[in-house]
Amino acid sequence: MRKLLLTLLLAPLAVLASEGGYRLDRAPIQPTDLVSLQSGARTFVNYCLNCHGAQYMRYNRLAEIGLTEAQIKDNLILGDAKVGDTMKTALGARDGKAMFGVAPPDLSVIGRSRGADWLYTYLRTFYRDPKSPTGWNNAVFPQVAMPHPLWTLQGERALEVEEDHEHHGAPEYKWSQLTPGTQNEVQFDTTVRDLVNFLVYMGEPSAVNRKRLGVVVLFAVGALFIFAYALKKEFWRDVH
Amino acid sequence: MSSRLMALWDWFDARMPSAAEEFRKHASEYYAPKNFNFWYFFGALSILVLAIQIVSGIFLTMNYKPDAGLAFGSVEYIMRDVPGGWIIRYIHSTGASAFFIVVYLHMFRGLLYGSYHRPRELVWIFGVLIYLTLMAEAFFGYLLPWGQMSYWGAQVIVNLFGTIPFIGPDLSLWIRGDYVVSDATLNRFFALHVIAIPLVLLGLVAAHILALHDVGSNNPDGVDIKKHKDKNGHPLDGIPFHPYYTVKDFAGAVVFLFVFCFVLFFVPEMGGYFLEYNNFIPADPLKTPPHIAPVWYFTPYYSILRAVPPLFNSQFPGVMAMGIATLILFFLPWLDRSPVKSIRYRGSLYKTALAIFVVTFLILGYLGTEPVTVWGQFGPWLANADRATVVARVLTVLYFLFFFLMPWYTARDKTLPVPDRVTM
Amino acid sequence: MSEKKIDNTRRNLVIAAAGASAVAGVGVAVPFAWSWAPSERAKAAGAPVEADISDIAPGEMKIFEWRGKPVWILRRTKAMLEGLKKVDEKLSDPNSKDSVQPDFAKNEDRSLKPDVLVLVGICTHLGCSPQEKPADDKGEMGSDWQGGFLCPCHGSKFDLAGRVYKGSPAPINLEVPPYTYLSDSTILIGEDKKGA
Repeated sequence: MRKLLLTLLLAPLAVLASEGGYRLDRAPIQPTDLVSLQSGARTFVNYCLNCHGAQYMRYNRLAEIGLTEAQIKDNLILGDAKVGDTMKTALGARDGKAMFGVAPPDLSVIGRSRGADWLYTYLRTFYRDPKSPTGWNNAVFPQVAMPHPLWTLQGERALEVEEDHEHHGAPEYKWSQLTPGTQNEVQFDTTVRDLVNFLVYMGEPSAVNRKRLGVVVLFAVGALFIFAYALKKEFWRDVH
Repeated sequence: MSSRLMALWDWFDARMPSAAEEFRKHASEYYAPKNFNFWYFFGALSILVLAIQIVSGIFLTMNYKPDAGLAFGSVEYIMRDVPGGWIIRYIHSTGASAFFIVVYLHMFRGLLYGSYHRPRELVWIFGVLIYLTLMAEAFFGYLLPWGQMSYWGAQVIVNLFGTIPFIGPDLSLWIRGDYVVSDATLNRFFALHVIAIPLVLLGLVAAHILALHDVGSNNPDGVDIKKHKDKNGHPLDGIPFHPYYTVKDFAGAVVFLFVFCFVLFFVPEMGGYFLEYNNFIPADPLKTPPHIAPVWYFTPYYSILRAVPPLFNSQFPGVMAMGIATLILFFLPWLDRSPVKSIRYRGSLYKTALAIFVVTFLILGYLGTEPVTVWGQFGPWLANADRATVVARVLTVLYFLFFFLMPWYTARDKTLPVPDRVTM
Repeated sequence: MSEKKIDNTRRNLVIAAAGASAVAGVGVAVPFAWSWAPSERAKAAGAPVEADISDIAPGEMKIFEWRGKPVWILRRTKAMLEGLKKVDEKLSDPNSKDSVQPDFAKNEDRSLKPDVLVLVGICTHLGCSPQEKPADDKGEMGSDWQGGFLCPCHGSKFDLAGRVYKGSPAPINLEVPPYTYLSDSTILIGEDKKGA
């Protein structure tokens, strides 16, 4: 009986093992780190916006992460968009589909659908694969249609996967550097961290505001409760 | 100043005396039992959440676009470009889940205290109708954001209607207005969600409350307070709803709002249960997500549906089981043969049955959110069956046994003597 | 009928709770009311518009769109400017004291640089868009017509500075939008030097 109860109680933990796949790293992002967000915005505009759009994100919203309109116009708008416009890409859906087999998805809310940890791990686990159409593959997203967007920074890496046939445990992943990039591992992790920070911010720009307002609202409701409870106590003296 | 107000009130009251009369009948002279406890907050809270959903829903409609090409974008427009739009959106999404939590707890109170017993069977019936209408409202509303879960969830549920023998495929086509879930479906679900079903809901809630007030409220002891009245004809154990329960429900509402606001401002997604992660991917008719599950409040029934194996290549038996699992609630007043209303005076048979029912409902609910492979497989000794499916089947049987065996164990149960007056 | 003393504690508590609830109610109402303010999309669409005036020859007019309204930019000739003084007595408000306009337009020619006129092309009567009537159209407009605009809906007449003629149904002169020069060939409609 105890064993059954224990199994039932602990069974949900099995979920963690059952999904399989590459283990995700924790993305060490700080939503209030404006410098990180600005760096991420720059990486996003330079490496992602050529193919991916962010059609729900307005350029002038970036004032929220500490940039002036002039800074946004000079550094982040690469075409002739106005600062009040949304971050659209020049690559049309049909062309994208022709080039990659699938149109590059819009990234406005990718931070909400994939999550920070997934994105952080994904962007750092591309490897060379001669068998794939692009020459690239990814440990978190096998057979992904996108080549490594940041390969000039990380360099080219190879991946060797060793299955644990004996104990049916998790496979062992062996990474090796084929050619160097312009950034070392620490620098690249920081670049990706900042980019993921920006993607998460872009997914819900009002997130920081939401939490700040939440503190104020909870205090207000708490204060209201004091009045409400006092009122209840006063009237219910009649009943008790 | 106050004599002017009094004069204004007298003018109004002379022309519409029913306003004051109805207020007396339903509030200031509606005598409710004085021993209402925690479980009795949830009816008033249901009305509060209904109001919250209507107001936030109206404001969402001001900016939402019910067009397959524009819907997803319009929700993001509300979240980003409309001033305060994200608050309104989160109020509505949190409110939807809050509605079901509150309603489930409200229904559970009925099971605890036998509120569905005579003479309140009709109150219960209206209540179950409200529950079913609420499920329809939530289902139609969920398509509107036009995300992957919206689209495929709707596709799956409408296809369930397609399993009905003979009329199934035509019925699905008629519901959808197209060969697959499409813009036509979205537009009609929008109309149903925004106005048609809310009107039905308001009517049913009015009927539910009127039917209750006509016979008077039950209480945690299941004692009939009308048996002992004072010289004014008021129940000895009763107190006027206004001001005592208006004031108590107000305090309860503030506590509810505290929890509601905590979720809204700090965890609106609730780990993907209130706002599903996959729904931030725009609907793609060509790409089915690897794992489709309904929103958490439907999952117990979804589990039951999945647990029943197909018969003659049709999933219809599962659909039937799911339907019966909901509709059987209507029959509770007649399945329960206990002479005693409240669990306080029932025997251990009912208490055990109810406890098993609750655990069953919760675990079935959890399983419904996960793929059937979530707990791995048994060995070859059980044909490598998915553990979750086996468990779901056992639990489905237990779920139905709670109802089907009820006439037997409620009649047989050893009950305690019910007191004459309420206990506080 | 029982005698009830007025319970002051209770009454004060009710008033206090009602007050607190009213404050909370206002707090709840704020985001809903605020949601009616122009959205970021509306503000972006209503943003100032850059108008290239390099290809407008003297005497010619080009129409630009700003906030959904037609904005006329007319390059006035010397003759047109001289004609402005001749019609002063026929106008309701020759010095443009009552018009909707930036401060620099409170004069006879109503523009930053006299040779370029910028007007919102909507009649101040009931909102139709007047038609251009050049000075030589004396047959329709009368022998001493110096050039200007005629609204087809109810016959309001305006001169080449957008000033309204006496007897027109329109009450005030045509609106001058805020604008500023980004360069000799580019006007930014929607923003004047202080930032509209």
